[in-house]
Amino acid sequence: MDPRLITAIIVLVGVPASVVGYVFVVEQLLRFVPDKRQASIRPWLWLLPALLFLTVFLVYPTINTIVLSFEDKFSKAFVGLNNYSYFFTSPDTLISLRNNIIWLVLLTFLAVGGGLIIAILVDRVRYESVAKSVVFVPLAISFVGASIIWRFVYDYQPPGHAQTGLLNAGVTALGFQPVTWIQDAPTNTIALIVVATWTWTGFCMVILSAALKGISTELLEAARVDGATEIQVFRKITFPLLLPTVAVVSTTMIITALKAFDIVYVMTSGNYDTNVIANQMYKELFTNSQPGRASAIAVILLLLIIPVMVINIRRFRQQEAIR
Amino acid sequence: MEERKFRWRRTAGLLAAVALVASACSSNTGSAAPSTGGEASAPATGGESPAASGGGGGTLGGTVSVIGTWTGTEQDNFMAVVAPWEQQTGAKVSYTGTRDINAVLSTGIQSGLLPDLAGLPGPGQMAEYYKAGALKTLDDTLDTATYKSETSPGLVALGTIDNKTTGIFIKADIKGLFWYNKDAYKAGDPTSFDDLLAKGKQTADSLGGDAKTFCVGLESGAATGWPGTDWIEGFVLHQAGPDVYDKWIAGTQTWSSPEIKAAFQAFGNVIDNTFGGSKNALATNFVASGDHLFGAKPGCVFVNHATFITDDFKKTGGAKDGQFDFFPFPDINTQFAGAVEGSGDLFGMFNDTPQAKSLIAYLATAPAQSIWVGKGGALSANKSVTNYPNDILKKAAADLAAAKLFRFDASDNMPQAMNDAFLKGIVDYTKDPSKLDSVLSNLDTVQKSAYGG
Amino acid sequence: MTVAVTREVAAAGSARRRSPISGRVLLNIVVIGIMALWLLPTFGLLVNSIRPAQDVADSGWWNALAPPYKFTIENYQQVLSRGGIGQAFVNSLLITIPSTIIPIAVAAFAAYAFSWMKFRGRDVLFVVIVGLLVIPLQTTFVPLLTLLGPKGIHLLGAGPGAFVAVWLAHTGYGLPFAVYLLRNYMGGLPKEVFESASIDGAGHATAFFRLAIPMSVPAIAALVIFQFLFVWNDLLVALMFIGAANAPNLPLTMAVASLATSLGGDWQLLMAAAFISMALPLIVFFALQRYFVRGITGGAVKG
Repeated sequence: MDPRLITAIIVLVGVPASVVGYVFVVEQLLRFVPDKRQASIRPWLWLLPALLFLTVFLVYPTINTIVLSFEDKFSKAFVGLNNYSYFFTSPDTLISLRNNIIWLVLLTFLAVGGGLIIAILVDRVRYESVAKSVVFVPLAISFVGASIIWRFVYDYQPPGHAQTGLLNAGVTALGFQPVTWIQDAPTNTIALIVVATWTWTGFCMVILSAALKGISTELLEAARVDGATEIQVFRKITFPLLLPTVAVVSTTMIITALKAFDIVYVMTSGNYDTNVIANQMYKELFTNSQPGRASAIAVILLLLIIPVMVINIRRFRQQEAIR
Repeated sequence: MEERKFRWRRTAGLLAAVALVASACSSNTGSAAPSTGGEASAPATGGESPAASGGGGGTLGGTVSVIGTWTGTEQDNFMAVVAPWEQQTGAKVSYTGTRDINAVLSTGIQSGLLPDLAGLPGPGQMAEYYKAGALKTLDDTLDTATYKSETSPGLVALGTIDNKTTGIFIKADIKGLFWYNKDAYKAGDPTSFDDLLAKGKQTADSLGGDAKTFCVGLESGAATGWPGTDWIEGFVLHQAGPDVYDKWIAGTQTWSSPEIKAAFQAFGNVIDNTFGGSKNALATNFVASGDHLFGAKPGCVFVNHATFITDDFKKTGGAKDGQFDFFPFPDINTQFAGAVEGSGDLFGMFNDTPQAKSLIAYLATAPAQSIWVGKGGALSANKSVTNYPNDILKKAAADLAAAKLFRFDASDNMPQAMNDAFLKGIVDYTKDPSKLDSVLSNLDTVQKSAYGG
Repeated sequence: MTVAVTREVAAAGSARRRSPISGRVLLNIVVIGIMALWLLPTFGLLVNSIRPAQDVADSGWWNALAPPYKFTIENYQQVLSRGGIGQAFVNSLLITIPSTIIPIAVAAFAAYAFSWMKFRGRDVLFVVIVGLLVIPLQTTFVPLLTLLGPKGIHLLGAGPGAFVAVWLAHTGYGLPFAVYLLRNYMGGLPKEVFESASIDGAGHATAFFRLAIPMSVPAIAALVIFQFLFVWNDLLVALMFIGAANAPNLPLTMAVASLATSLGGDWQLLMAAAFISMALPLIVFFALQRYFVRGITGGAVKG
């Protein structure tokens, strides 16, 4: 039998079983600890497996990255803030930062808003499963497929020749000249964001739909019977109950927008004023062999996420107070 | 409750069973198929048994891990090249083809996780990896005397650092060829580049419509702009000569120097005479760049590319064999007449296991290289290889062998950071030619940090 | 779009009370319109994938919908008959299934601890974990490969150790989002249920297995879908951890990327391959749809 399959089965059954077994053992052992101490030790024991994984696979490399960001291209000599000043004085950087802000605002708003509206609408139709699958399909198409799909939407042929791209076919049918969607700023950044929105709205929709199902129908019906309009029901009941999930989805989309890379890399390689931070980082790391500079960019991403984290903490504390 | 967890586990078990059945089925079909797609049907998990060393002796067994940029039919061709070696030695070649080879190798240099053999992105990269101490030298692995006598000296030199052979060329190509539709262009091989421009314009005018002299397609995903680098390299070589060319590669010739600037301006002139103008050049993928050479109403007369473009002519351009032909880059400055720009796929060794050594020694030989050549679409660096399947390739190989002045593709020979900036510079310049000076000064800035340090 | 559709929702709502039929018609038009919009780009790819390559280069896909009809399945045939696709599919399964199950199992315990146990630094620690989402994976490769490769514990290389490394790596990478999503859902579960359980003498382990997990099934289902999808479509992690020295074990994404030549030739095969590799994630999505059902939480108020 294939040795990999044996390993897979062992790991598949073994790891969850050992985590479950671990928790049972922990609970048994905690019986020997005085009650008061139990409450302060237990959470950490429950968190231990997760913390171990996170430390090895994410925290340790991050510390490594932070250290590298202060070193030269051979990762030997200490160069202070040189890599950071390189980033901030590079002509590309202003454009990238501007683009990332546009991504952040547009992608989050469109994907979360779109996901929410679609989740609510399809909740009321009988073919809900089919509708959700349709919106979900873009997420299932691996990125290779998605880039080809959108090539057939944005493609350009010179005026007077048959258009091969959907948008330009429409544009020329209306009598205008075909547009080089990908090569013309700033429409190209919008074009790329449209691709990302098309992909990620399904993600937001799935999560918001799951949360939506958790809202009791009795509550909603009671409100409607009392004479509330749909808008009032949505604003006073549904949305507040969904708010925590909306926050989760929005945070995830903001982070996705900050890390946006694949779409830009494959469709424009950052040319034509579409560059984004993650693309710069990739180039510095793998093309220019400058791990120091790439690490500085990664650290800047980490710093950019701090405001989002602070808002999240505030929200949790508020939630706790209500609970 | 537990019921749900149990169902969950049951689904997992079911999927595992599916995997078991699927792998049982596929390993049956897998061992029947020839080793394509990097499938190693022998369950050898890296167990090397170096019974005898190197080609010709008894069975070697074991595996060699190879990484390269060849995928699709190129991958098939490579596996066909190594098939006789696998049979002879009983060893298996485990090949990974990927476009992200830079990422894998640069990470691997630092982490220590490297394949045995690798296709090196270029001589510039080869030098970087050698300096990092990762690349092994090949002098005691190859039959160096035979290799040096059989291979064109220009390509031998490119694979040598500090007088040690560190890379060999598996295949080669000749660049800067001007392709034309034999039904459309009948004015014969031009004698100089100015002659080319004149004859091209004449033909384009007679074709009518929006036809222009050239077709250019610069789009190429993450590598957008690279056909433009070939154009400019051709101009530098033919206008300014090999010395300037070499200094430019080495980073001692600034980009804003008059010679390089003149090459850019010549390319700008090409864009002005391109079908669809700069807009179309930027938006067209290079694979489709030759499409408008053919058809009822051709849009252009010439396309500048290496020999691999012929497949695309036939696939998406609708051309038939025999409908197209080429002539080499015409002279500009008679001092540098007969200059030829070429490129090639360079291979190097990271882990000198007995299997790896045997394989790379085999790859340098004429019999190995003639396998790929026989499949079409490749030229060989090895002069003893002669089995080119069609006239076009025979002509190209003859041109390569007879080159009075040979130089390797400059951008492939520069540090990656410089190459990347070069690509971006092409794109920026094509979009807005008035920005030439700022484009060149940007390139100069990159040049300062990309070399050495 | 947001404002317009909300108005339509309101119109649909109020119209429903007056005249149920026109409201429902409007709703259906909107939903079907959205579906059409979403499907259109993919539909274009589908049509192009059954046309000869020459036609795809010459004209837009909508031209194929009018006579003369020139369709061909040769792209699909070529992809499926290519050696190694079956093996790659199995490799993908072997990589993806453990990489889906392990992170969710580990995350569930952590999410529960964050939701229903009080301890100092809880919120800050949680938010730091969420913040780890922003780390670009590419920056983790060198340290991890050094640790796991020949210079370290040598788990990587030819052999099944590379798989173990990939599973553990995907677990690490997938944990922040899994913990985030699950904690959000579990934290929203009705407090009363847990309180009455603890009054009845149930410990945390019992509450976890008998209450939290069953009630969190929609969130777990969503996580399974996403983690499966991300790992199934992943190329870079597999290439880095498995690729360099272990080619026979590469997943489907690599096999698909290897269909076109490095010069972009045979790109028409990529169109067919995109649909083939999308099949399994869609099946997973469909299969888990039934867990997105109302009433799991027993109808109590959330939040």
